[in-house]
Amino acid sequence: MSVQIFLLLANHVLFCYSVLLDERTFMIYYIVWKPLEKLENNMVAQELFHEIANNPFSYVESWKNKTGGKVIGYFCSYVPEEIITAAGMLPVRIFGQSDQIEMASSYLQSYSCSFIKSALEDGLSKKYDLLDGIIFPQTCDSIQRLSDIWRMNIKTPFHHDIILPAKLNSESSINYIKELLHVFVEAIENFFGRKIDSEDLKKSIHLSNVVKNTLKQLYEIRMSGDGLIRSKDISAIFKASMVMDRESFTNLFLSYVKELSEMVPEKSDPKRIMLAGGFCSISDFYQIIEESGGLVVWDDFCTGARYFEGKISETEEPVSAIAQRFANRVVCPAKHMGLRTRGDYIIDRALKTRSDGVILVSLKFCDPHAFDIPYLRDMLEKENIPHMVLELEDSSSSVEQIRTRCEAFIEMI
Amino acid sequence: MNSAEYSRKIRSVKLMKDIMTNYYIEAKTPKEQTCKKIAWITSGGPVEPLITMDVIPVYPENYGAMIGATKMGVDLCEKAEEMGYSQDLCSYARADIASAVVNGGPIGGLPEPDMLICCNNICGTVLKWYEVQARYFNVPLFIFDTPVCHTEYTKENKNYVMSQIYEYIAFLEEICGKRFDYDKMHEVGRFSIEAQTLWQAVLDTMANTPSPMTCFDAFFHLALIVTLRGTETVVDYYKILLEEMNERIKKDISMVDDEKHRLLWDNLPVWFKTKWLSDKFASYKAAFVADTYTSGWCSSMEYLDENNFLDSMAECYTRIFLNTGCDIMAERIVKMVDKFKINGLVMHSNRSCKPYSFGQYDIGRIVTEKTGIPHLIIEADMVDSRSFSESQIETRIDAFMEMLC
Repeated sequence: MSVQIFLLLANHVLFCYSVLLDERTFMIYYIVWKPLEKLENNMVAQELFHEIANNPFSYVESWKNKTGGKVIGYFCSYVPEEIITAAGMLPVRIFGQSDQIEMASSYLQSYSCSFIKSALEDGLSKKYDLLDGIIFPQTCDSIQRLSDIWRMNIKTPFHHDIILPAKLNSESSINYIKELLHVFVEAIENFFGRKIDSEDLKKSIHLSNVVKNTLKQLYEIRMSGDGLIRSKDISAIFKASMVMDRESFTNLFLSYVKELSEMVPEKSDPKRIMLAGGFCSISDFYQIIEESGGLVVWDDFCTGARYFEGKISETEEPVSAIAQRFANRVVCPAKHMGLRTRGDYIIDRALKTRSDGVILVSLKFCDPHAFDIPYLRDMLEKENIPHMVLELEDSSSSVEQIRTRCEAFIEMI
Repeated sequence: MNSAEYSRKIRSVKLMKDIMTNYYIEAKTPKEQTCKKIAWITSGGPVEPLITMDVIPVYPENYGAMIGATKMGVDLCEKAEEMGYSQDLCSYARADIASAVVNGGPIGGLPEPDMLICCNNICGTVLKWYEVQARYFNVPLFIFDTPVCHTEYTKENKNYVMSQIYEYIAFLEEICGKRFDYDKMHEVGRFSIEAQTLWQAVLDTMANTPSPMTCFDAFFHLALIVTLRGTETVVDYYKILLEEMNERIKKDISMVDDEKHRLLWDNLPVWFKTKWLSDKFASYKAAFVADTYTSGWCSSMEYLDENNFLDSMAECYTRIFLNTGCDIMAERIVKMVDKFKINGLVMHSNRSCKPYSFGQYDIGRIVTEKTGIPHLIIEADMVDSRSFSESQIETRIDAFMEMLC
């Protein structure tokens, strides 16, 4: 890595001098150094993604100052961000940054998951005061109550609950989703005084499909084992995709992926690991797996495959199309599609991606995921797919313990 | 036992025990003899259509309460943890999942279901719990999905739930292999409303000073309105219980000797510590005369329409106490404080029940602000006694009661 930085600096220096020096120097620049510019662009993009992933609200603040636009915070991938984008507003996914919980413990008991605790802590410490709106979907019991606590204490100007159905496999539930989405559109229009028309929706749906498709492509690039991208970078890209102005992100992202696919692969033979769970709050986790000789080939994370799988139809009526995708995409354990739907998806992907092992990641106090673990283990067992259960507490969970367990697992498979 | 204590014991308890015993005996009688199907259903689920179809309703949550009361909770929860279920999950669910595998609990396990009816008005945990049991027993699962009403009850919500009522009936017709009798449904609906009215009247007797019974008695007598709502048995029983309570009021019989403090209990009971808690508070001459749990089975009765019971079930089952926003819950408690002349609120922060416990800190503050009464929060669990720290809780109760005195 440091060699590349050195080369980049050298690149800059040479370019500066080359305009002063003779033609020959200039030619050297173009033959030797220009290709490094591709690497440079990608590195700049990558740094930007990481920067935004680590400090989403700095970005949001400057976006707001620059454009004067409205920012809508949301929890969960079941929120129709396409509707928010169509209204010309910026949808920003809330991840909860605070590690130290001080204020939130006067509002939430200790047996709540670190995700909602830290989100509430951030909210109470006024980090989200620049939000113009906040959207709470129906998912788990904790989010349901967080919505009430937030509404009573933080009072974001536009507070909207989209109470999606808990079951997704009936006609009545799909009709209900459609009605809810229409209500959501109207609520935004009334509160912000801005019309959302079919054309706006079609545009934002198209953009959303492009991003999702490209995110999938990124997974496939990683899965090829060519070492072109690290999971830590993918994770940052995902976070950035849920925070940045969607058009700016898309342009940057598309060229990033294009250049990535033109790079020279370095062959290696890592152990292929699939992850299953909600999301991973520990940023070092991916690095730990990679350092232990593993390669993350797929996941069913809410901030991963669940986010991009399934295209929104661009020919159907837009709101119905968004509703239909919610009914078809990879299911979240807080919802019901079938008794083994999630298990079937995980097995199918594990086999298709030639995974050597599956790590079931669960966040402490996350009930929906915890209930799934025994049956997922049974299904993996039947298919003779090695697996391990890893319970994470919060972003400060003992990295050493995780490393030991991952190393042992990867070595064993 | 002196004569004052003897006269305080509720006579009807014996009849209640007989009814519940017969109910469980019938449920565990082989199906070849009863010719009845068995459905497992959640405590907030729409049982009336099951009664109409002559299906025996069985409640894993009621069994969970029995497991807690007989102190069998820890063993079963540990067994579930060995099966891979996290210790942080609901103890009703853990105990039931384990009980099904080992035929555990005080009656050697529940009879196997022919179908599972899961209504998520009480929580999202039941959805996952019933998925586990559906895989285990390999029987059909019907989910009655009642969206949360944070601030209001919307027409989209109503339409969605109403269409599910008819899906439910179709589901029952298919499994039972017979047509749904709408005339019988009308009668069952009438009994359900009458039973809920009587249950409300029983709870209302506690508004009397001194109170003829306490919430700890209500926790026991609750079982019938939960399990057999819609049958004539339940109506007959609560008439008898109500009569006994009115008699006690006339004779000025107080359940707690020299009642001085009137308290309100929030959340589920600590099933394995009801006697200890009852005695502890009684030693301070404090009687629990109102609670948010037992009133849950009659508080949305206002939405029921005797002439259209089926359709009105949508609103009734959706707008229960637990399925509304925390501020609405706080308002309902404030009303109860006034009606029952409460001077202290005790909130059980129940590790097993997030929808009931998260938001309690806000609710406690709102109630104290609006009524001036102090509140106490006790952290425990309804069934898993590993989460009950007796000395700590005793200290907190002592401090609270000393403040009230």
